[in-house]
Amino acid sequence: MMLEEPILSVKNLSKQFGDGCRRCSDPSTRDLIKNYCPSCGMVFACRDISLDLYPGEILGVVGESGSGKSSLMKCLYFDSDVTSGELYLQDEEFYGQNLWTLSAQKKRYIRNHKYGMVYQNPVHGLKMDFTSIGNIAEKLIAAGNRNVDNMKMVGEKLLDTVHIPLFRMKEEPRNFSGGMQQRVQIAKALSNNPPVLFLDEVTTGLDLSVQADVLDLIKRIQREFGISMIVVSHDLAVIRMLADRTIVMLNGEVIENGLTDQILEDPIHPYTQTLVYSLL
Amino acid sequence: MKKLKTHFAFLDEGSKKEIRRATLKAVAIPGYQVPFASREMPIGRGWGTGGLQLTLSLVGKEDVLKVIDQGADESVNAVSIKKLVHSTTNVELTEATEDATLIQSRHRIPEIPLTKDQILVLQVPMPEPLRTYEKKEYITKMLHAEKEYSGIWLMLFEQIMKYGRTSTDADHPVLVNERYVMAPSPIPRFDNPKMHHSEALILLGAGREKKIYAVPPYTDVASLAFDDYVFQKEDFSGEACHLCGATDVFLDELVDDHTGKTIYQCNDTSYCVDRLNKLEQEEVSTVDA
Repeated sequence: MMLEEPILSVKNLSKQFGDGCRRCSDPSTRDLIKNYCPSCGMVFACRDISLDLYPGEILGVVGESGSGKSSLMKCLYFDSDVTSGELYLQDEEFYGQNLWTLSAQKKRYIRNHKYGMVYQNPVHGLKMDFTSIGNIAEKLIAAGNRNVDNMKMVGEKLLDTVHIPLFRMKEEPRNFSGGMQQRVQIAKALSNNPPVLFLDEVTTGLDLSVQADVLDLIKRIQREFGISMIVVSHDLAVIRMLADRTIVMLNGEVIENGLTDQILEDPIHPYTQTLVYSLL
Repeated sequence: MKKLKTHFAFLDEGSKKEIRRATLKAVAIPGYQVPFASREMPIGRGWGTGGLQLTLSLVGKEDVLKVIDQGADESVNAVSIKKLVHSTTNVELTEATEDATLIQSRHRIPEIPLTKDQILVLQVPMPEPLRTYEKKEYITKMLHAEKEYSGIWLMLFEQIMKYGRTSTDADHPVLVNERYVMAPSPIPRFDNPKMHHSEALILLGAGREKKIYAVPPYTDVASLAFDDYVFQKEDFSGEACHLCGATDVFLDELVDDHTGKTIYQCNDTSYCVDRLNKLEQEEVSTVDA
């Protein structure tokens, strides 16, 4: 497996909020409280993160709130800029290019053609005032499709895949329940057959039976379409069910990474141990 | 010549200069909305102040001005604007499209094809085609910069989903010079093709929204349409103007008060009157002969 080339590769990602000061500019001498500098208040959201995502695998990212999980996702999806670091995508067009240095247009192109994203809150991923089918079409339009009937067909198929009854496809997602909204969001993210899919706390806030539905769906999508995914969650049960490999984040750093079973059965870092043993 | 009481063309020279600079930039970047410092005008914002400021910044003593309001030369708004420009410049006014050098119009492009010696100024209430999709100006500017127009296509898609066709009556979005998506101002779809490779310079001014944009002569202007839902003009086939008999023009639908029947009439009044005059002349000359 390790001989394979990663589809997405992050090298030394850093994301900081603030200007910094004398006392925190040098990594070797900086003295932080959790992830911020006590003298100037600069927040180190992501510190020197490197990770690889291999084709067809699901990579889990766990950590407590404020550990930098969502910052990492936002950087990967170009929702926010990085302070430093390199991102490579295994793709003919962008081979060997650091994606974070590309122009805004190119980044948007990658988002539209290579990426899918499911946000924790459907408000961010969906246009609540547009029809569900329109929401899916938005992604297809962005990827260059200009054929209404074709887009309608693809949209219907996807909505069927995520179990949204087709007679409701012309309804706005704001009329839907949270679980349905989340499923529309997944359908939208899948519409352009992205090789990489990001899932940010997709099941948080959903009740257990709906959670099971959504997780089941994600598993099925991985099997059927062979899409590589990065799944962020603070819920270890979700990670246990979905992820092949897992990284554990704390205060903006990766403190542990390895096979999911290994991490959950035999955690090494004290924080991971607390995390695993606190699981009810 | 009567002595003018105000500064020539109402605006001070500094303001005119600023508007002309914005205009030049707009011409240089077809379809791009150039911000400008919209002045207070003696008419309310939203009543054609953008177009009026363009007209006043362009008008010279030699110009012949025509002002139309939804096809009509005699409507209150058109007359008021004409009066204001005339009282501050003394320029000649006309209703004949071919005699005018400067035409300010609200929501119509005249039926008679414009020439390279003419400038058409259109009044614009909402210059941002992406506004219904995205409220924030900061974001729409970015979307334009990145040529990210899925929003406008999505709006058309939604219309097709809901009504089976695009339901833009006026202001159907256009792609200018294969770069910027532009609101053509609320002209009927019937007039959209007239913008394509227009011989006359077309300037669009939005006074309330403080934007100027332009379609320079001979610029590509394509109305947005999906592959399987082509762009369609309003259809008047089988109908003709009940006054002059014109068929290939934009017609208004009216109800005859006496008979209760639906009748059609040219929307462009000066075009209609012109045709009627010509018909009458022909009749007179045939009687004479």
